[in-house]
Amino acid sequence: MEYAVECENLIKEFGHDRILKGINIKIPKGKITTILGFSGAGKSTLIKHFLGLLKPTSGKLTILGEDITKLKDIELRDFRKKFGMLFQYAALFDSMTTFENIAFPLREFTKMSEAEIKERVDSLIKDVGLVKESTYKLPSELSGGMRKRVGLARALALKPEIILYDEPTTGLDPITTKMVNDLIYDTNHSNPELTSIIISHDIQATLKISDYIAFLDKGVVIEFCPTAEFKKTTHPTIRKFLDLTAH
Amino acid sequence: MELITNKVRNSLELIGNSVIEFLDGLGKFTIYFFRLIAWSFRPPYRTKLFFQQVYFIGNKSLFIVALTSTFSGMVMAYQSYLGFSVMNAHTLVGPIVAIGLAKELGPVFSALIVTGRCGAAMAAEIGTMKVTEQIDALEVMGISSIQYLGVPRLWAATISLPMLSMIFLLVGNIGSYMVGVHLLSIEEVKYFAKLRDFMEMSDIYEGLIKAGGFGFMIGLIGTYHGFQVKGGAEGVGKGTNAAVVWGMITVLIADFFLTSILVKLLE
Repeated sequence: MEYAVECENLIKEFGHDRILKGINIKIPKGKITTILGFSGAGKSTLIKHFLGLLKPTSGKLTILGEDITKLKDIELRDFRKKFGMLFQYAALFDSMTTFENIAFPLREFTKMSEAEIKERVDSLIKDVGLVKESTYKLPSELSGGMRKRVGLARALALKPEIILYDEPTTGLDPITTKMVNDLIYDTNHSNPELTSIIISHDIQATLKISDYIAFLDKGVVIEFCPTAEFKKTTHPTIRKFLDLTAH
Repeated sequence: MELITNKVRNSLELIGNSVIEFLDGLGKFTIYFFRLIAWSFRPPYRTKLFFQQVYFIGNKSLFIVALTSTFSGMVMAYQSYLGFSVMNAHTLVGPIVAIGLAKELGPVFSALIVTGRCGAAMAAEIGTMKVTEQIDALEVMGISSIQYLGVPRLWAATISLPMLSMIFLLVGNIGSYMVGVHLLSIEEVKYFAKLRDFMEMSDIYEGLIKAGGFGFMIGLIGTYHGFQVKGGAEGVGKGTNAAVVWGMITVLIADFFLTSILVKLLE
């Protein structure tokens, strides 16, 4: 099996606080992996390491075969183009329209002509199920679900190898939540090379769409296995989490 | 005894914390300054964003700068006329106002206006982008937020301020001329003759250099406080407030030191 992300004894300290206490995990390529855990477990810190926004205190972090802890700042910026990220509230540039938001990475990093950019943006708009009317609307004129779609289209614009979802369904109504989960599932399955990593509290959705689940507790991965196995886990902390979130 | 010891310890802790906080802030500011300079010279050079900011800082400030300078020139002319006419030296109104506007009022007033209008806007815009994760989105894409947001604002403020200062000087002098010649009946020929006798190009250079320096400081402080915003709306408010307060204080303090240096250099 090929791996998109490999962490070996990854440790992160902020002053005297050890947030990640030796993470060992191998995230398979082309699959949907969800990282679950209580608030403050270190999920966001871990994902920031994947993006190279934080450097580990010690340990090894290999992404797509490259040890990113050894990359310089400029090299890291280049490396990040292999990632797409959908933020919790989409993080769209509020002075730009839907079209401009999606076209932004294409204008920044490619030499595509405006006609080619338009063609690619139109195709992305269609892929994420946005209606044509929203193309020239500002983020403030879009609903939460539509913003997520625009955010996903922007994240996919440069055809990333890994896409990260930060709490993709937090604060959404049940119908929009289902729509976003379906979108994540469909996006991953229509791009077999794409690796999706989700940070979430939404256990029900996670169980439906994930291939693998990792459970992070107090800076350590206490369980990492295929979803079917995860459902049967007897680990007391995870059982408590599952029971609490089931209601 | 224990009570006194506790009070002394608390006071020392308070002082210590303030010193640490100050040094921490100073360190962050210094690092930000060097990163901003370093990113200024790395491609891609974002000329479109730079000109957008020049338009916002320069062009959009024109009306308020013109309004302020007109009345500043008029009131300065009137006040100096009242003083000089006692000694029958009222023909000096022209050069006094012109030199005052060129060396001090033009750069300082323009800088204070731009701090209030644009320094606040820089901090609020960048701060809002920070709390809504737009800055994280830029960084995740591999784009330096400092280069994309900070650099164009810094250099646009540095370039725009001298231009605004010149407009302040021009419009202020028109106000002074209107009051001096048309309202207070100073002879037009003498008004311009004295202006030519006393005013030198170095007066204008001094004002221009100072205005450029103020613009740099406003850009630096405004963007820095934007990037330092934490939390939500309250954080944006605090960052905006800090940008205006520190911007104005810095302009006023720097005015003294820049004047001291430039007077000697341009002698």
